[in-house]
Amino acid sequence: MSTPKIIVSDSELVEPPVVHPDRRPSEWLMMLREAWRMGRTKIGVGIFGAIVLLAVVGPWIAPYSPTEFVAPPFSSPSIPKMWLGSDYIGHDVLTRVLYGGRTVILLALAATVIGLVLGVTLGLITGYARRWIDESVMRLLDVVLAFPQIVLALLFVSILGPRLWLIVLIVGIGHASRIARVARAATLEVSQRDFVRAAEAFGIARWKILFNEILPSITSPLLVEFGLRLTYSIGLIAALSFLGFGMQPPAADWGLMINENRIGIIIQPWPVVVPVLLIGILTIGTNLIADGLGRALIGIERDTGLG
Amino acid sequence: METVVTQDATPARESVAVLRVEGLRIVLDPSGVDIDDEVSLLIHRGEVLGLVGESASGKTTVGTSLLDYQRRGAKIADGHVEIDGQDVLAMDPGTLRGVRGGQISYVPQDSSAALNPALRIGTQLMEILEVHGFGSSTADREARVTQMMTEVLLPSDKQFLRRYPHQLSGGQQQRVAIAMAFANRPKVIVLDEPTTALDVTTQAHVLDTVRDLTRSYGVAALYITHDLAVVSNLADRIAVMYAGRVVETGTRDELFAAGQHPYTRKLLASIPDITGERALRGIPGWAPRPGQRPSGCAFTPRCDWAVDHCGEEYPPVEEVSPGHLVRCWRHEEVSAQAPELDVQLRDKSLSAPETEEHQVISIRGVTAFYQRKETLHDINTSLSERRCLALVGESGSGKTTLARCIAGLHPHKIVGDIEFMGKPLARDARGRPRDTRQAIQYIFQSPYSSLNPRKTIGQILSQPLKVFFDLSRSEMEGRMEQALQQVALDSSLLSRYPDQLSGGERQRVAIARGLAAEPTVLICDEVTSWLDVSVQAAIIELLAGLQRNMGLSMLFVTHNLALVRSISQEVAVMNDGRIVEYGGVDAVLDDPQADYTKKLLSDTPTV
Repeated sequence: MSTPKIIVSDSELVEPPVVHPDRRPSEWLMMLREAWRMGRTKIGVGIFGAIVLLAVVGPWIAPYSPTEFVAPPFSSPSIPKMWLGSDYIGHDVLTRVLYGGRTVILLALAATVIGLVLGVTLGLITGYARRWIDESVMRLLDVVLAFPQIVLALLFVSILGPRLWLIVLIVGIGHASRIARVARAATLEVSQRDFVRAAEAFGIARWKILFNEILPSITSPLLVEFGLRLTYSIGLIAALSFLGFGMQPPAADWGLMINENRIGIIIQPWPVVVPVLLIGILTIGTNLIADGLGRALIGIERDTGLG
Repeated sequence: METVVTQDATPARESVAVLRVEGLRIVLDPSGVDIDDEVSLLIHRGEVLGLVGESASGKTTVGTSLLDYQRRGAKIADGHVEIDGQDVLAMDPGTLRGVRGGQISYVPQDSSAALNPALRIGTQLMEILEVHGFGSSTADREARVTQMMTEVLLPSDKQFLRRYPHQLSGGQQQRVAIAMAFANRPKVIVLDEPTTALDVTTQAHVLDTVRDLTRSYGVAALYITHDLAVVSNLADRIAVMYAGRVVETGTRDELFAAGQHPYTRKLLASIPDITGERALRGIPGWAPRPGQRPSGCAFTPRCDWAVDHCGEEYPPVEEVSPGHLVRCWRHEEVSAQAPELDVQLRDKSLSAPETEEHQVISIRGVTAFYQRKETLHDINTSLSERRCLALVGESGSGKTTLARCIAGLHPHKIVGDIEFMGKPLARDARGRPRDTRQAIQYIFQSPYSSLNPRKTIGQILSQPLKVFFDLSRSEMEGRMEQALQQVALDSSLLSRYPDQLSGGERQRVAIARGLAAEPTVLICDEVTSWLDVSVQAAIIELLAGLQRNMGLSMLFVTHNLALVRSISQEVAVMNDGRIVEYGGVDAVLDDPQADYTKKLLSDTPTV
């Protein structure tokens, strides 16, 4: 049996340029550059950057302390120096908005990074090892996948209590099962190539083959997946906060603010509307970035004929 | 040079030009860089014109432009393509649709991708007839389908026509594509390397079919290929393309016996010679891509005859004899030198058997499986010290499986004994001691797949050095430079990435990676099958030299019997997982015993 014939596109068969530039960007840098050319990516980065900036510098520019009682509950913005009015127990809404972004963004990033590291590791191992390792790990991940992420999180939080590390971990594990599938599919494809065979013939350690040979070839789809998962993380973390499993009062947190103030939405909508808008805009931003990356990835694949 | 006479060498045919291409210029769309320029061709009724050139010479672009089709990013800037006096390039889209597949048709390189996988082949054949309104009734068309299938030597029964493309072999698929192309009795047919993916035996059948059909239908055929040997028995006339221009046109005999362009001669010298009378000579460098072509005659940097003037101005077309056109400033000097002088006899002493031989690798009673299927049956052979054994066979013969068993890369069950220096080898490379893994090096078929695209050449070459030796940084760099020198590459490549190199350069890097391990056994698995003939010759020269000078024992796996004499001393012919013939190269090739070897020999195209 000879190995199956690999069909390659024309572009692989023709001779490459004679000009040898000394440094060549790696593929994921090319992808970032390509993505940056798209308007959607610029808008996405703009939105994401603005809200992150707001969350980072917010506490310094906030007019009051987030736990200070400055006005009667549900005061409208007509009070001087309180542009967004006060919340259900009389905190300054603007101050709490400026303080409340950090947790969402940090927790979402942490959960996504955990998901990425765990998912990529599992994907690489299962895609390369195949056989029983692949089967058992993937079936286990299927179980995780069968639960909607929010249900999974609620399940564990209701058993073990509302702990931040637990939320981050559970959201991360939920992501990991999805990222692992993407990483596994890419690994399967790349590990068919002869450069992996060559490394095996030299007797290079398996983990080195995984991280040095295969991982660099699958970074692009993973980058897209990271953007996408970050979007979901923000939504999930905010939702869990809203449900009361995230930050606990009196902490300032966008998800929590929505919950705390929803009873007064008719008389004082701002403590609900502003966090909702900010969370919504933030996810639109990350989603636009992920979308731009995804489109750039397709473009790169088409141009180079490489998967 | 021997001229092979075909059965019906020159049938009486009307000397009517059916296809006339004049001053065709094709450019990349926004940049205006020319892919092809000043291409003029003429094909008569019942004639096959071979269009020959290396990768990136623009030959496929010319082929598709005859149908007024251009791939994305290219456009026809100037010129005429006339079929029976009608200009194809001036047609409106409606007329053009009728002409394509009707008056002019196209057979692509990869028919498995060209046939619709979701439709039965009968449906696809009927479709092309219906679209062009062939015949007056369905019965007419069905009769035509039956006739076409018979003509391409395929079964024409209902069961066969109800098959899907994936149920056919590669050769059968290509025949269906040819049947589709001839279905509407076209005037012109463009065949774009239709046999590249096929085995020699299948290739021989397909070429016969193409020849018979063009003659009997009086079709003007353009046969595009990078391999002069393929068209040597098929084409009446040959046009040689280099860097987007036709550099020489003439009859087959004129070009083979007295090619006047240095490039034509170089191409001829790079064709492997099955008789072993002629040494293989590669063309250094590679054909420049559009946009990177040198000024003046583009062949100047690779040409032995080049003078200053060549790099300044492109030579005009000169008619040296009726129908024989050449574009070279020095064609008179070139033609004054008989091509025989280019021919160098192969050093026969190389193939003389040595008196005392030590078996480096011995294989006894090896049976291997692919999953549960037995693919190698009871193989017995051996590789001797400082010798090269060629393992020849068609796809599916088990030659690669055998090579991979030796290299420890066959992941399925193996029964029997494989010994290295008298000691049994572990099945899996990982199970072997370090010095064994170092001693046996494997070069893969495709240099597009065997080099990690995310690593620099330096990182790639450092792999074996890190695993097998304990070297300081500067020692490592020295070894890498040495390895590159051995394969005639410059050490400036160390910081480059594989996709910045040509196919030939990549394969040299892959060889250098193997050499860096300082092996005693080198296994080369079809290492030239992805390369142009001119590059193939250079790689073979290199490998033969390395084997001789470094005293390597080499297993050279190939499907091309014509290469065997240029590199090996022994040959084993494989078919269906068995070795059907084994012996010294001259003995096997001059006096083959097995029927299969005889068939393979007769089907291998020669010049």
